[in-house]
Amino acid sequence: MVKAEAVHKSFGRLEVLRGIDLEVSPGEVMCMIGPSGSGKSTFLRCINHLEKIDCGRLSVDGELVGYRERADKLYELPDPEVCKKRSEIGMVFQRFNLFPHMTALENVIEAPMRVKKESRAVAVERARKLLERVGLSDKVTVYPNQLSGGQQQRVAIARALAMQPKLMLFDEPTSALDPELVGDVLDVMRGLAEDGMTMVVVTHEMGFAREVGDSLVFMDGGVIVETGKPRDVLANPQQERTRSFLSKVL
Amino acid sequence: MADALRQRPAAIEAVPVRHVGRWVAAVVVLAIAAEIVYTLATAPNLKWSVVGHYLSHRLILQGIVTTLQLTVLAMVIGIVLGVVLAVMRLSPNPVVSWVSWIYIWFFRGTPVLVQIFLWFNLALVLPFIGVGIPFTMIHWQASTNTLIAPFMAATLGLGFNEAAYMAEIVGAGIISVEHGQTEAAQALGMTRLLLMRRIVLPQAMRVIIPPTGNETISMLKTSSLAFVASVPELFTRSQQIASATFEVIELAIVASIWYLAMTSILTVGQYYLERYFGRGSQRGLPLTPIQRFRRMLFTFHAPPPAPAELPVSLPRGH
Repeated sequence: MVKAEAVHKSFGRLEVLRGIDLEVSPGEVMCMIGPSGSGKSTFLRCINHLEKIDCGRLSVDGELVGYRERADKLYELPDPEVCKKRSEIGMVFQRFNLFPHMTALENVIEAPMRVKKESRAVAVERARKLLERVGLSDKVTVYPNQLSGGQQQRVAIARALAMQPKLMLFDEPTSALDPELVGDVLDVMRGLAEDGMTMVVVTHEMGFAREVGDSLVFMDGGVIVETGKPRDVLANPQQERTRSFLSKVL
Repeated sequence: MADALRQRPAAIEAVPVRHVGRWVAAVVVLAIAAEIVYTLATAPNLKWSVVGHYLSHRLILQGIVTTLQLTVLAMVIGIVLGVVLAVMRLSPNPVVSWVSWIYIWFFRGTPVLVQIFLWFNLALVLPFIGVGIPFTMIHWQASTNTLIAPFMAATLGLGFNEAAYMAEIVGAGIISVEHGQTEAAQALGMTRLLLMRRIVLPQAMRVIIPPTGNETISMLKTSSLAFVASVPELFTRSQQIASATFEVIELAIVASIWYLAMTSILTVGQYYLERYFGRGSQRGLPLTPIQRFRRMLFTFHAPPPAPAELPVSLPRGH
């Protein structure tokens, strides 16, 4: 579903990604861990072209991200096509980024109605189901600032799912939450994984990575240090760097 | 918890601090106010009956209607064009962005009085204005004097000038919206214009509305510059009457009273607009002054209102 080959990305002089190679198969849940500044979030943002990569190849579902390749030449995609591709990838942010001027329901139906041009009735029906699924059917008409962090994040997940994405990206979805609210969000994500959604999850929740993840990637300094089955990597890390990181967070 | 509540001690009853400064200030201010009122009321050459007479004079009332029309039209032009210019200014397209920059540079850099004057006298250099498609017979033109009558000249002058200022205000509002909002909208597949319209601009409103209210109030007064284009608005009318009756100060007072009344009404309107666009930014709306007054009547000795009643225009605290 996602394929990265030698992906590099710099911000000015700072090289954030220094050659990332990885592959996510359909239905796979890949968790990415690593210290802050290691490039996990940047890589995630490259997948839906919120950041442009400098070199290498990055493709989603067999199609290059942000470019079209014809006769060995790369053509930048025009904006409408970039937008169309983004609409097929759901993204959940650390800070939720719900639209504060819209109720929970309006947040969820906005993109289906405006981007996919769905009728209001269709969008609302699906939104209600999604909000019920994330356990918020009683918060439909509530504005984001009247919700707890955990509830906001679950609305954000429903909002992303409303576009019926083929891939979900999670950028530290529980890092801004009070500890007691983390569980509800992880439960929703676990449910998604069980339904076979392809997911790339940047997280610090090692428990989640171990139980739900199909693969685990440890990144540091813009490269992948170690990758494997979550259970193996967490219990028996092969690299010294992984070992020292895990000893601090576990 | 229940025990703790039951054992709560009695509320504090203490002798309040005496605010001597407030009493001194009140006495001084009252004395000065009384002096001013007395002087004005007894000024031998100031005919208050004339003020009263012209306050509801037909020409003055007609002038008010014109002033309001001028203000509304100029503000509509200013706001619509201002939003367009602000979005253009932030466009990734360099040509579009520069056009906006040059517009703002020109219209903010020349006095609005001169701009009205230029529109009014445009016929001196361009007797005809026309539009047509080059290399075809499709062409349309009209005399500048019929097209840009005095009222039109003033409206264009005020509106185009206002657009430059509104562009700056809207631009500041757009920038004030957290970048995460744009990213979330992009991640959902929204195009730049769609996310501007649906996500960013509505949130920018909170920042845009207060200065726009100020601009409207300011416009109401600035519209008196239409005087130079002989537009029969409030100030022009009052001066026309004054030039016939020589009651210059009296008619200036008449105009002032009306301007003051209109700006006062606008100030109230602005308060409710701000309140409306502040929704969703805090838990529960603040009380309106009327609600607050009512509450004060019923709970005169109650403790000060809870912090949830902060004014809407305060920056968001989370």
